Amino acid sequence: MKLLVCICKTPETTAKIAFKDNDTVYDSTGVTFMLNPYDEWYALVRALELKEKSGGTVTVINIGSAEDDVMIRKALAIGADDAIRVNATPRDAYFTASQISAYAKDKNFDLIFTGKETIDYNGSLVGGMIAEILDLPFISYASHLEIDNGVAVVTRDIEGGVEISEVNLPMVCSAAKGLAEQRIPNMRGIMTSKTKPLTIIDPVEVPSLIQEVRYSLPPQKSAVHMLQADQMDELVRLLREEAKVI
Amino acid sequence: MVIVLTEQQQGRFKNASFTAITAGAKVAHELGTQCVALVIGKADDPAALGEYGASKVIHLDAPELESIDSKVYTTFISEVALREKAKLVIVSHTSTGKSLLGRLAVRLKGGFASGVSKIQVEGNKISITRSAFSGKAIENYVLSGDVGVVSLLPNATPALKDGGPCPVEKPDISMSGSSINVREVKRTDGRVPLPEANLVVSAGRGLKDPSNWGIIKSLAEVLGASTACSRPVADSGWRPHHEHVGQTGLAIRPNLYIAIGISGAIQHLAGVNNSKVIVVINKDPEAPFFKAADYGVCADLFEVVPKLTEALRKANGA
Repeated sequence: MKLLVCICKTPETTAKIAFKDNDTVYDSTGVTFMLNPYDEWYALVRALELKEKSGGTVTVINIGSAEDDVMIRKALAIGADDAIRVNATPRDAYFTASQISAYAKDKNFDLIFTGKETIDYNGSLVGGMIAEILDLPFISYASHLEIDNGVAVVTRDIEGGVEISEVNLPMVCSAAKGLAEQRIPNMRGIMTSKTKPLTIIDPVEVPSLIQEVRYSLPPQKSAVHMLQADQMDELVRLLREEAKVI
Repeated sequence: MVIVLTEQQQGRFKNASFTAITAGAKVAHELGTQCVALVIGKADDPAALGEYGASKVIHLDAPELESIDSKVYTTFISEVALREKAKLVIVSHTSTGKSLLGRLAVRLKGGFASGVSKIQVEGNKISITRSAFSGKAIENYVLSGDVGVVSLLPNATPALKDGGPCPVEKPDISMSGSSINVREVKRTDGRVPLPEANLVVSAGRGLKDPSNWGIIKSLAEVLGASTACSRPVADSGWRPHHEHVGQTGLAIRPNLYIAIGISGAIQHLAGVNNSKVIVVINKDPEAPFFKAADYGVCADLFEVVPKLTEALRKANGA
């Protein structure tokens, strides 16, 4: 099986959120980046498990600059066979999906994994966009996936339950919690990752579908109103009359 | 035209759909056009969508559409959008909407936005507001292209009834070619699904033992709230994973979130900090959650929660 896993970097969970250039761009000064957890913990590890079970290759693809290579090497250390980096600054989901599709279109991947979303822009869009560009079926938010004779049986999270579907490969799948368990790279993985192929390719041109992006920080919460354990009647009154939520 | 895709469960419209139509009708009015509701599959009373502002319903009731294949749905929605010269297509930010949005944006070559809390019209430009960086920033931008496609948060705006029933059109479009065969749908219980709940009671490790869940359940019942939990509670199997809210679980934005025995780690806050009002009950005065709270009670939850339940019961009776 040929598996492709889309990986990207995100600021660490505790990173400071600030913007520059008139609040149009995230200010990454001094910020530590990590692999997006949905890409690393669930998408990549499930791909590796599938390869370990039935053979094949796992390729990771990233859109980014040379700064991202350290994170790509981490994915290789966890177990991916080779990596592609499209040498560009990711602009939006459509740009990213177009780059990945342009690379993948003639490579006959059986399965393309993305994380269910990135934890920075939270768009949850790239998987569906790749599926549409490549004319493949798409299952989002997969929490369980098995493959049997070219048919994927996928469980996906829906509101208040799960939906279990069968899909013929090839397909695109976005990974949610439950699909796999996080793996820590071991020493051997780290050593071999240094010699695994990382190919850098040029981006294709893509029109922009969003414009005039501006960021702001959410309004400061006013100070918390503290109450004592024996003031629950008062809390109920406040929720009713002040907050008006019950 | 503004087109809104509705969602039904066993023929009944979800509340998220009433919200989406209310918002769609407002945008349509500002653009000087109309709002069309697009209903796929079984629906009990599609004409009633007019009450929320739809001027027309297009209802495609075909059994093969009961299972949602994003590809088949995209083809149908795009055809309607082109035929109706849509300026904007709105889906709900639900499991269905999220699986459709990326495809629709590519198919229609439209400006796109997911998890939108607000849609604004300035002249003939449509711009959106959404949260990013797990609630730590607000993003605002203009959708380019001839048609925009957005997924709207299920409780972005209150659903408002403002009118009577509208005409229902049955289109002459046939759908085929599903490549996804839905084998089974398992629903866990009859309560309001967590992402759609307006009131949520959530508990964490402070509960100490799964046998103590009863006090959380009683509080939720008196309130008519859904229950949720923090990651350690789900990971240790006290509660099912679909109740886990936080960065790796569900992101929710109810009107009221009551956090009980949850310290408020940044990963948990990422999933709940868009809630309108947050109440934190925790005996640790240093719990970071108090900084994100509107109301706080620093005391033993085993004392506070039954008292709160009793106070609510009394207030309900009055």
